[in-house]
Amino acid sequence: MGALIGKKLGMTQLYNDKEELVPVTIVAAGPCPVVAVRTDQSNGYTGLQLAFDEIPERKLNKPQLGHLAKAGITPHRVLREFRGQDGEFEIGQVLDVSQFEIGNNVRVTGKSKGKGFAGVVKRYHFRGKNATHGTPGVQRHGGSVGQGTTPGKVWKGKKMPGQMGNKRVTTKGLTVERIDSDRNLLFLKGAVPGGDNGFILIQST
Amino acid sequence: MDSSIMRELTSDQLKTDIPDFHSGDTVRVHVRVIEGEKERTQLFEGIVIQRKGGGIQETFTVRKITQGIAIERIFPVNSPRLAKIERLREGRVRRARLFYLRGRKGKSARIREKRR
Repeated sequence: MGALIGKKLGMTQLYNDKEELVPVTIVAAGPCPVVAVRTDQSNGYTGLQLAFDEIPERKLNKPQLGHLAKAGITPHRVLREFRGQDGEFEIGQVLDVSQFEIGNNVRVTGKSKGKGFAGVVKRYHFRGKNATHGTPGVQRHGGSVGQGTTPGKVWKGKKMPGQMGNKRVTTKGLTVERIDSDRNLLFLKGAVPGGDNGFILIQST
Repeated sequence: MDSSIMRELTSDQLKTDIPDFHSGDTVRVHVRVIEGEKERTQLFEGIVIQRKGGGIQETFTVRKITQGIAIERIFPVNSPRLAKIERLREGRVRRARLFYLRGRKGKSARIREKRR
């Protein structure tokens, strides 16, 4: 089982061994030192806390520095926990892309691009109304939100305008297309959530 | 494309033996066709009507007319499936995208040869 924190560098295309052009996302993944190991006995759950992206000491405050110093790790920008890691891990151990192999299936979690307060046409792909034939200025409205006196309310979960994007999204079923262990890079087939330079969590499935 | 690191990472898959060709040129493209176990080369000859994209994502479109039916085929420039690109004729054109050829046939669809 593999887990890493990474940074999305961007998307491009590559030729695979079948000479097909495949879309890939290039991710700068790891190296990630293990900061803490959560166990059933002491924490009630199993997990791993990893750090990523080294930064100067002045960028962190004292509690953050103390937490990392306890594990004997230099200052890092990102700390994230991964649930349910099996296998033996030690504090201070450094995880990198060698955990993955070409062809592995991975799950990538990130923060999607924020779209702001979006209407129902953009947010839920409602079809909207006619542009012509006398539509009275409600081309992108959602229409009716329900029935009348019965049930006399709007059902919970009714699709309406609201915040779109800028939330945690997990993409499953991406495959590792290529690994560059010298430069700590993973080439994943397909798209991962969020914009370029966003932090993402990579887990093998 | 985009940042320099991305360019560098895909550079090993770029071909170095691509001839210099532009839209307006007549080219013969040697396409490797793999049918099961067998592999053969197919030729596609026509006028380049556009080159698009950059780096590994660059493509070009070739237009030809066979039996009165126009065929446009888009090839990735750096595809390993392309055995060879031959430039047969250099055309003199005044724009990069020759989509105006689509509405024309016969005499009006000709392209003058570039004078050297």
